[in-house]
Amino acid sequence: MAEGVGGLGLYGRLVSQSVRAQLQYRWSFVLMSFGNLVTSGVEVLGIWALFDRFGSLGRWQLAEVAFLYGLVNAAFAVAEGLARGFDIFGKEFVRTGEFDRVLLRPRSTVLQLAGHEFQLQRVGRFLQGAVVLAWAIWVLPIDWQLWKWGLLLFAFVGAVVFFYGLFIAQAALSFWTVESLEIMNTLTYGGTETAQYPLPIYRPWFRRFFTYAVPLGCVSYFPAVAIFGIDDPLGTGIAFQVLAPTAGFVFFAAALGFWRLGIRHYTSTGS
Amino acid sequence: MTPYAAIVAARFKVLLQYRAAALAGFATQLFWGAIKVMVFVAFFESSSAAQPMTLSQVLVYIWLGQALLALLPWNVDPEIAGHVRSGAVAYELLRPLDLYGFWFARTLAFRAAPTLLRMVPMLLFAYLGLPLIGLGEWALPLPVSGAAAALFCLSLLATLLQSTAITMVLHIALMWTISGEGFNRMMPGIVPLFAGLVVPLPLFPQWLQPLLFWQPFKGLADVPFRIYSGHIAADQALAEIALQAGWCLGIVAFGIWLLGRAGRRVVVQGG
Repeated sequence: MAEGVGGLGLYGRLVSQSVRAQLQYRWSFVLMSFGNLVTSGVEVLGIWALFDRFGSLGRWQLAEVAFLYGLVNAAFAVAEGLARGFDIFGKEFVRTGEFDRVLLRPRSTVLQLAGHEFQLQRVGRFLQGAVVLAWAIWVLPIDWQLWKWGLLLFAFVGAVVFFYGLFIAQAALSFWTVESLEIMNTLTYGGTETAQYPLPIYRPWFRRFFTYAVPLGCVSYFPAVAIFGIDDPLGTGIAFQVLAPTAGFVFFAAALGFWRLGIRHYTSTGS
Repeated sequence: MTPYAAIVAARFKVLLQYRAAALAGFATQLFWGAIKVMVFVAFFESSSAAQPMTLSQVLVYIWLGQALLALLPWNVDPEIAGHVRSGAVAYELLRPLDLYGFWFARTLAFRAAPTLLRMVPMLLFAYLGLPLIGLGEWALPLPVSGAAAALFCLSLLATLLQSTAITMVLHIALMWTISGEGFNRMMPGIVPLFAGLVVPLPLFPQWLQPLLFWQPFKGLADVPFRIYSGHIAADQALAEIALQAGWCLGIVAFGIWLLGRAGRRVVVQGG
């Protein structure tokens, strides 16, 4: 009997299938990854040019902004690579009625979509984010104690989970709208753009939105302030900064709840 | 000329149907513009030194950039791409029209229609909406003079033709399947950077300026935007527009030559 692949085991199989499929077209994979690297890498050039021109951004130096940029972009690349099934959900599952087939299989919908495709080409963006982050860690005068490495890891995982939650929420929205909405790009791509600069440079209403409603600041800016070991111009305490990445996990859980709600509203488009 | 004009008109009608997408795009670009404005305001506040551009000139650059984003040649017409991939390009070659002219007309509509649809609400909001919601200091200033406005329109026309000519090169590159697609993948990174949409070109370091002056992408945004804001004085504007026209002719000539080479080696699959 073909009984007995656990959830995680099945996910592992789906991912390895997807990776093997993509490596069939090696040249194409290399070009796609390189394109991904170039497209996301121009932002770094922009940040560099602005610091070259203006010297600093208020109290913030290039290395601090580079730290935020690297952290957010590397995390986003991981989430984007893993959450491809949710990213294309509206277009390729709801509108086509393909989701009916997913519902018929005796496995959770989240698991099937998560394993739909593992986008290897996002390695381009991940690498450039990681390199920028590594450079920032090298340059910044941080007193690296063990807990800071732990916090960096916590923030990184929190950010991945947060962005994954955004992709799930975007997919769940399409249960109502049928099409994937470009408007969610403000939170995904716009979010990475926002979070690569320190929160205090933004207007208060904008900051509040990215702290409480969509807690992007909690997985990037606040833990970064604790790691830098500086006083937060926004006046938060160290305990809040260290615990802030938890919000990424809460957001992910909320997105899953929204997904379940969406499934109950699902009506097939038929064929 | 009539068949080409008819193609432009027909494609316009089709492309103007996508109103929901335009609305979502509008919201996205608004958000993006707001982030950019806040970042630049913060940079300008952190340096008292004289800069090559004023904040007000940067605001022009940002909002016109958001309004005219769809004009940039960073993607291909999915239908033309489909024709090349499926081999339907063979039918196109049979038409009693010059293939370059036929595709150029289609591509012109592909660039202009979505731009028109997005530009109008974006400009209205940037002129009137922002002051109404109390963000008057972020609003788009009017052209510095009547002459600047007229020259801006002329330059923008050259931008449309130039963008269409570059998009044509992307379409033709698709005939070299894999490497063509890899080449096209770089465009979303390269085009905004060299057009000035990542950072306005005058703000790049001084030593890069000669390089940025002699490249074809600056006519896609930098030139018309700076004419509008008076950063390029009215008496120099005609020379800049002539340069745009020169690039345009050069790229069209290159496209025709490339299409000739592609046409000789294209293999149509199937029977």
